[in-house]
Amino acid sequence: MNLNSLTQSNGEWLRANGPEADIVISSRIRLARNLSSFPFTNRSNAHQKTEIEQYLKSRLERIDYSPRLTYVNLATLSMLDRQLLVERQLVSRELANSEGPRGVAFAPNEILSVMINEEDHVRLQVIRSGFALDEAWQDADRLDDKLEEKVPYAFSEELGYLTACPTNVGTGLRASVMLHLPALVLIKQIEKVFRALQKINLAVRGLYGEGSRASGDFYQISNQVTLGKSETTIINDIRDVIPNIITYERQARETLTRENRQFVQDKVARAFGTLKSATMMTSEETMDLLSSVRLGVNLRLIDDININEVNELFIHTQPAHLQKILGKELDSEERNSERARFLRNRLREMDSMN
Amino acid sequence: MHLTEIVNGKKKEKHFCQECAEKQELLKQQELNLTAILQSVIGQHVGGQTDELSRLTCPSCGIKYMEFKAAGRCGCPHDYQVFREPLLPLLERIHRGVKHVGKVPPHALKHAALHTELRDLRQQLRTAVEREAYEEAARLRDLIRQKEHADEPE
Repeated sequence: MNLNSLTQSNGEWLRANGPEADIVISSRIRLARNLSSFPFTNRSNAHQKTEIEQYLKSRLERIDYSPRLTYVNLATLSMLDRQLLVERQLVSRELANSEGPRGVAFAPNEILSVMINEEDHVRLQVIRSGFALDEAWQDADRLDDKLEEKVPYAFSEELGYLTACPTNVGTGLRASVMLHLPALVLIKQIEKVFRALQKINLAVRGLYGEGSRASGDFYQISNQVTLGKSETTIINDIRDVIPNIITYERQARETLTRENRQFVQDKVARAFGTLKSATMMTSEETMDLLSSVRLGVNLRLIDDININEVNELFIHTQPAHLQKILGKELDSEERNSERARFLRNRLREMDSMN
Repeated sequence: MHLTEIVNGKKKEKHFCQECAEKQELLKQQELNLTAILQSVIGQHVGGQTDELSRLTCPSCGIKYMEFKAAGRCGCPHDYQVFREPLLPLLERIHRGVKHVGKVPPHALKHAALHTELRDLRQQLRTAVEREAYEEAARLRDLIRQKEHADEPE
């Protein structure tokens, strides 16, 4: 498969057409599953990993599921292409950077992907635009059933789905919601939100999961507990708390526009101005500036660009996307100048269209 | 990326760009720390029993309890049975319970039935070979092969 075509569109989840999409970027469900008759990936040798990959790949190709999934062998893929899949959230950073036989099957609309030979033999994930955890769970549950029809999972009545890491055992479920919270960051209330979430055993992470920084004011909120609670309870625990955070962010946005309008307007205008004129731009700075622009669009402070276009810029300015779009490999410094050029051109185009 | 290093009471601040940080493996170190945290949690739970536990080995994948402790990852599904005793307190601490109450794989019974059937057939095959009943053995071998590949593509 030619992965270059991926950069011509956004994944379905990034299209900002889901519920509460001004604040909730996406909802994600991840299920960890393992084959009962093999050691976990970390203890399988190359031969076993090949067997696991072939076995799962042949089952995935034949399950009765539409749309049909595309399989990509990660072991033979270039680093740039693997990075591209990471940026599109189809593959975890861990799987992209690991070694040996491994792969990913995904749906053309990129809502659904199945990683093979990650920490667990199977990591099935569904990402939907906006606040749509229930729909994402239904999709994941359905595909999980289809796959299990053909594949015997490692499962114990007592401990549930058995996983390589004891932190995932039980449901093997990680439910997470990605939020854009620029106003709570600006009024310095974000830490308070985190503390409240940690108290109820929810984890807060940056854009690319474990250990990553919350660049661009994006925060991922997810469950930590996987054993002793049903899938529905785990999902409801998160689903119930998100509307409160949405309300806090909306209130913070209102407060800002009411009491500090000039300040916000200036921040948004400076961010937009910098993006339209800078000649060197790191991806960190791009994220931070685009975050301000995204806030500006949602507050109707700028109308030169729409949310969909901002979302597209977020992903197209990531290192692998940028190199794919420009059709050449670039070192970090070259990327910074090409990224700035790309942003100037795209923003000019968008400006003339809107 | 910023790093504050304290050596002999002297504070050194270092600033790195992403690339240099990766070169210096600083980011890798951060990931390792997560494993270290899990290890320490596991360590707290085994405490004094370590001697006895250190002899525990999974007959299925060959992982020793100490290896599990060091890596924070199990070697195969069977480990949950073999290391059950030290695992339960750990699971209780990580999670909100030690009993799965979620989804049950809908086809597990079918798989389990097939598993048992195959085990019985293999046993019969062994006996047939011992009895030198080769026609019977050939029939069983074909049956096993057919059942094993029942859900595979032609």
